[in-house]
Amino acid sequence: MSDRKKLLILCVIAIALAVLMLSLGLNSFILRYALSRRIPRLAAILLTGCAIAASTVVFQTITHNRILTPSIMGLDSLYLFVQTATVFVLGSQSQIMTNAVLNFVASGGLMIGATLLLFRFLLRGDEGANLFQLLLVGVIMGTLFSSGASFMQMVIDPNEFQAVQNRMFASFNNVQINVLIPAAVILVLTLIYIFRQAQILDVLALGREHAVNLGIPYDRVTAKLLAAVSLLVAASTALVGPVTFLGLLIANLAREMLRGYEHRLLLPTAALMGIIALVGGQLVAEHLFNLSAPISVIINFIGGIYFISLLLRARTAD
Amino acid sequence: MQQLSRNRFVSPTTAGTADFARLGVLVSLLLIPHASSLGKMVIVFAFAILGAFLFLSILQGMKMKDAIFVPLIGLMLGSVIDAVTTLIAYRFDLVQSISTWLMGNFAMVTQGRYELLYMVIPLVVIAFFWADKFTIAGMGKDHAINLGLNYDLVMYVGLSIVSGITAVVVASVGRIPFLGLIIPNIIALRKGDHLRSSFVSTGLFGAVFLLAADIIGRVVIAPYEIPIGLTVGVTGSIVFLYLLLGRGKQ
Amino acid sequence: MLSVRNVVKRYGQVTVLDNVSLDIPKGKITSLIGPNGAGKSTLLSIMSRLIPKDGGEVYIEGREIGQWKSSELARKLAVLKQSNHTNLRLTVRQLVSFGRFPYSQGNLTRADEEIVDQALEYLQLDCIQDKYLHQLSGGQRQRAYIAMVVAQDTEYVLLDEPLNNLDMRHAVEIMKTLQNLVEDLQKTVVIVLHDINFASCYSDHIVAMDHGRIVNAGCTEEIICGDVLGPLYDMDFRIEEINNNRICIYY
Repeated sequence: MSDRKKLLILCVIAIALAVLMLSLGLNSFILRYALSRRIPRLAAILLTGCAIAASTVVFQTITHNRILTPSIMGLDSLYLFVQTATVFVLGSQSQIMTNAVLNFVASGGLMIGATLLLFRFLLRGDEGANLFQLLLVGVIMGTLFSSGASFMQMVIDPNEFQAVQNRMFASFNNVQINVLIPAAVILVLTLIYIFRQAQILDVLALGREHAVNLGIPYDRVTAKLLAAVSLLVAASTALVGPVTFLGLLIANLAREMLRGYEHRLLLPTAALMGIIALVGGQLVAEHLFNLSAPISVIINFIGGIYFISLLLRARTAD
Repeated sequence: MQQLSRNRFVSPTTAGTADFARLGVLVSLLLIPHASSLGKMVIVFAFAILGAFLFLSILQGMKMKDAIFVPLIGLMLGSVIDAVTTLIAYRFDLVQSISTWLMGNFAMVTQGRYELLYMVIPLVVIAFFWADKFTIAGMGKDHAINLGLNYDLVMYVGLSIVSGITAVVVASVGRIPFLGLIIPNIIALRKGDHLRSSFVSTGLFGAVFLLAADIIGRVVIAPYEIPIGLTVGVTGSIVFLYLLLGRGKQ
Repeated sequence: MLSVRNVVKRYGQVTVLDNVSLDIPKGKITSLIGPNGAGKSTLLSIMSRLIPKDGGEVYIEGREIGQWKSSELARKLAVLKQSNHTNLRLTVRQLVSFGRFPYSQGNLTRADEEIVDQALEYLQLDCIQDKYLHQLSGGQRQRAYIAMVVAQDTEYVLLDEPLNNLDMRHAVEIMKTLQNLVEDLQKTVVIVLHDINFASCYSDHIVAMDHGRIVNAGCTEEIICGDVLGPLYDMDFRIEEINNNRICIYY
């Protein structure tokens, strides 16, 4: 089966699932209400699915490493730290916790600020972007934040902990329009930018020396792409919570599934898989578990098993 | 672990062992909530070892195309188990408790509660004597076979040692960040990847660092103790950032 | 014109290139020879902007290398280094097509496809153009990378020990291809070579380096003689003339 056909099939499945999500259990009485809840939810899922897929694929191409995801940069640790610290210091009833827009701006802004700081600090050397150092620093910062968050979680009043627990896992259940719109703008613009770099990404995959030889200003392009990745992760995490778990699974599945290497196919494939996983996961979470299980749990479980079985079944390469 | 999977961003927990340990914690909290800590530790350790074997058998079942699949499978397996654990923990409202249990903490170490850790010694000794074999395995299967090594055996033994040590440590003391990922990288930046030469340095650096962090944690808010997980997290960040960036370009 | 003026390169305390100045003659094959560690690869990397220099200038067609926009330079100068390992699943044709990137940014036109066809033919890869790189032998893979450089169709072609991994027949063919590129298409080729005899038989101009300095430069007749090569490599050389070529015997 050609890659294009696979892409088409994925598209059909995604659309089918989306329609299912919107229409399941509807009747004319609750139509308007149900849709007003479901449409933002679907929109958030579509955006997040694409964002995480794209950011992980790009990140893996730049780092030439298939087990890395942008989460290694420590962004979701930072997010959790901010949320935990706010509950710890200001309490779960404070404005930042209850006002979704405020929360979005605060956590999103901090994440973006942290990445810019990281980049500026590390990319000022004249030997250019030392990617390895950047990653290690990201890991260190991520560990710092999650240690701090764990400690606070340990000490927090169990009643207050609920507010933290709600943020520990990605959730599409309470997406609000006034947060969704700015997030959507950021995400869509960044996604368009990344997709337009698809062919440059192909060349980057050849390695630094070939990329430079073929005329790509390697350091500048890498820095811009990393910034785009951070933007995608920051916006989607601030929107729905720590959601980068999905990336590792989706990026690797997409690579295994496609025969070719072009990012023009890889990016949409990964995005569609992300959407399918999230919509499917949301449907399962809603209708099988009555929302008592976080969607990340479902996706990780099913996805992880599927991936392992995929690898076990693959006997030889090509 | 980093040598065997030929990837610097891997830590021993990427064999999924820590996630199995977490499941063990959950099970012990659910089934034997009133048992002694030692009892719980044994269950956690058992689950971790079980996880290690599951991980290794999955690896056996695969035609390993690439060393990248070692941590990849570990990560995937870990996330599956993690999902199961979280699902059950959510149901029984144990999320906070589990997180507390796993937080690296030396305060609970008293006589009768830490002896499990001694198991680490023979494992480390074997690792030292096999260090060269691990380095060769890290060069690739072709070099390994050329030099007369049984590649699969070396991987198997290496991963078992890694899982065994992780299981023991997580069960006894909890999760301590940085040691597995950052310390070997820092040492490698200076001493290279020859495991046998850097083995002692890496081990000593880890031990000394942990000791220093422990002292800080017990002194700063005496007579209370900051859990080692946090002290390591904070002091480690400062120290390693300085080491990484302060020395300039390599 | 490709000129190097007083280039310096240090790694920590070690000076790898010590005030190197050089003019590469246009439309000729220039070989860089010298013992290991002489700085040949480093010089090539600096000339092709793969690594930055610590001092001096490199001029390409009158403009200093720092003034060139990388994408522009990619249409003027192509470089191929030694380590060519990738675990990408690419066919030979796909790899070679990347050579057209500086011109079409990935959107190949019919003209591009023809150039790719030609490059594949030049390197005798047309029958295996749809095989994946990892299915090929080391030599075939090497030829694929060289074909990519040929497809890049630049005036200056810089190659770092391209004959590694090639059997004798293919090594000779590569050198003949390079000669054709120079004669038919007026390209300028700079090539780092280990094999002295290949340098002798196929270069027009030879530059000898040792310990980060240029110790000698000139046409083949001037350099390929015992007085120059002996001290350079610290060995004994016997030079015979066979078929109008100077062959070195040092075994």
